[in-house]
Amino acid sequence: MSAFTTVYWKEVRENLRDRRTLINALITGPLLGPVMFIMLMNVMINQQLSKSDRPLSVPVIGADLAPNLVGALRSAGIDAAPALADAETAVREQRADVVVRISPAYAKAWSEGQAVQVEVIYDSSRRDASTPVARVRNAVESYGKREGAMRLIARGMSPTTAWPVQVAERDQATSQSRSALMFSFLPYFFVLTVFLGGMYLAIDLTAGERERQSLEPLFVNPVSRWKILAGKLGAICSFSVVSLLLSVAAFATAPWFIPTDKLGIALDLGFRFGAQVVLLMLPLILLLAALQSLVSAFAKSYREAQTYLSILMIVPVLPSALLSVIPVRAEPWMYAVPLLGQNLGIVQLLRGDGVPGWQMGLCLAGGFAAAILAVWATAWMYRSERLAISG
Amino acid sequence: MIEVRDLHKTFGDVRAVNGVSFTARDGEITGLLGPNGAGKTTTLRMLYTLMTPDAGQVLVDGVDASVDPIAVRRQLGVLPDARGLYKRLTAAENIDYFGRLHGVPAGLLRERREALIDALEMRDIAGRRTEGFSQGQRVKTAIARAMVHDPRNVLLDEPTNGLDVMATRAMRHFMHRLKAEGRCVLFSSHIMQEVAALCDRIVVIAHGRVVADETPDALLAQTGETTLEDAFVKIIGTDEGLAA
Repeated sequence: MSAFTTVYWKEVRENLRDRRTLINALITGPLLGPVMFIMLMNVMINQQLSKSDRPLSVPVIGADLAPNLVGALRSAGIDAAPALADAETAVREQRADVVVRISPAYAKAWSEGQAVQVEVIYDSSRRDASTPVARVRNAVESYGKREGAMRLIARGMSPTTAWPVQVAERDQATSQSRSALMFSFLPYFFVLTVFLGGMYLAIDLTAGERERQSLEPLFVNPVSRWKILAGKLGAICSFSVVSLLLSVAAFATAPWFIPTDKLGIALDLGFRFGAQVVLLMLPLILLLAALQSLVSAFAKSYREAQTYLSILMIVPVLPSALLSVIPVRAEPWMYAVPLLGQNLGIVQLLRGDGVPGWQMGLCLAGGFAAAILAVWATAWMYRSERLAISG
Repeated sequence: MIEVRDLHKTFGDVRAVNGVSFTARDGEITGLLGPNGAGKTTTLRMLYTLMTPDAGQVLVDGVDASVDPIAVRRQLGVLPDARGLYKRLTAAENIDYFGRLHGVPAGLLRERREALIDALEMRDIAGRRTEGFSQGQRVKTAIARAMVHDPRNVLLDEPTNGLDVMATRAMRHFMHRLKAEGRCVLFSSHIMQEVAALCDRIVVIAHGRVVADETPDALLAQTGETTLEDAFVKIIGTDEGLAA
């Protein structure tokens, strides 16, 4: 047996006997993403559905001034609730999503055929209120349009006089790309899974071994240190690959738990998707294993390494967060940036666009180049005299 | 045989080892005696190539450690200062791991492991995971895994540290056995009685230098003292850091 396989099998066997590592690699890591994903999606979908279907009850101030408008609102499923004394405060304090205030001059202006004002009071920073606000605004506007058209007809003019330009919407979003918008945080879950799957191993195999003072005897064996490192990296990668495979499998079952059909979106997380995700993630597996080992090699103890790695765990969030805040157009070079490339690729897969060969190639090339650099840095760190000395 | 020539090692401003030379011969037990912090562990670490000397040469069976460190490590059985075991592996698995890293074939490995388990009287703990082992059980396991490739030269860094009387006796017995097998045994200690009881040759180190390199009798004659303890104190110039 070569030194590599000896180290590899010993690390795998030893860590299969560790409950904490197993729970992280086989349960927490792979299932955290899918479970959170399913829960979030269900909450989101239910919220949206309930708001667009349910009859709304909206406080209307001055409802008796405009019985026709109130009637029109009711036919749009919006019931006029009793007026509130202080509409602005009520909205700010979230006692009401939206309040309609009809100007006292409404009746007089209406009978004179003048423009009248209807205030819609809302808070645009409250995302959950956006559906009711849009429904109220639409109802009021379409009522106004309808009445305007009636007035023009009464004067013997065509309603088109007032609206010479008409907007006709042609949405090119497929049902899959609509869903991709909602699932843009999915890539992060895959990265997190790989990270968690290998993390405890990486800590144990470097910082842990140092803390338990077994690194010095290990290095006394007639084996080059890079071979020992290679065996350890192999073991870390194996655990994170298993984590990733479990996670992809768990995600494949997600559509069964999410009522996607209610939203008219399609979600394809099947075998093809999974296989391509795994391929995209391969360089990251090696890169993260090396980075985790490198960081652990700096730490003197298990706990110290754990602290450093929790900070490192934030790094993969950055591309996901960045992409959701700044909507950038994907430039070719971005695919070669590790994490960013994976992020773009997985979102494309979710949209159903697929990842062309050259993008996949860039992703793998950039990722593996970074991984090799990280492995080299770790090997260099492993050669240092200090590493082996525990005391 | 281990030959050490004019070793130097500095950590920052501290001259840990400052010109150490000695020879440890086959079929002899050589004791490296010195107070705590004299540079014994650093010297041994340079011998088993964990550290690179700033200057000087280490030859193990004629092989230069700076030229072919891996060949040197193959000739050595080492019980380092750090005796960490893998606590989720059994004692036997710990031994096997090091045997495989040395490239010992499976059949021979089993044979040697069983022989060592008997020689070190650790049959009762061989199948147990090492978590919760006593100090003595840990040292036994660490020695067994250091000897599994049947090395000609054996380095032991304070082998009796933390052992009780029975375990210490067993350790001395084992070292005599290694000597009888014709191996070169080099061990460090700060305990004079132990060195006196075991050694054919004593190398006394203080402040990173060799201050004496004699047989126990010659050491007495040289200092004109009647007990080794007095002889050591006289050589080192102080009794700081020495235990009787």
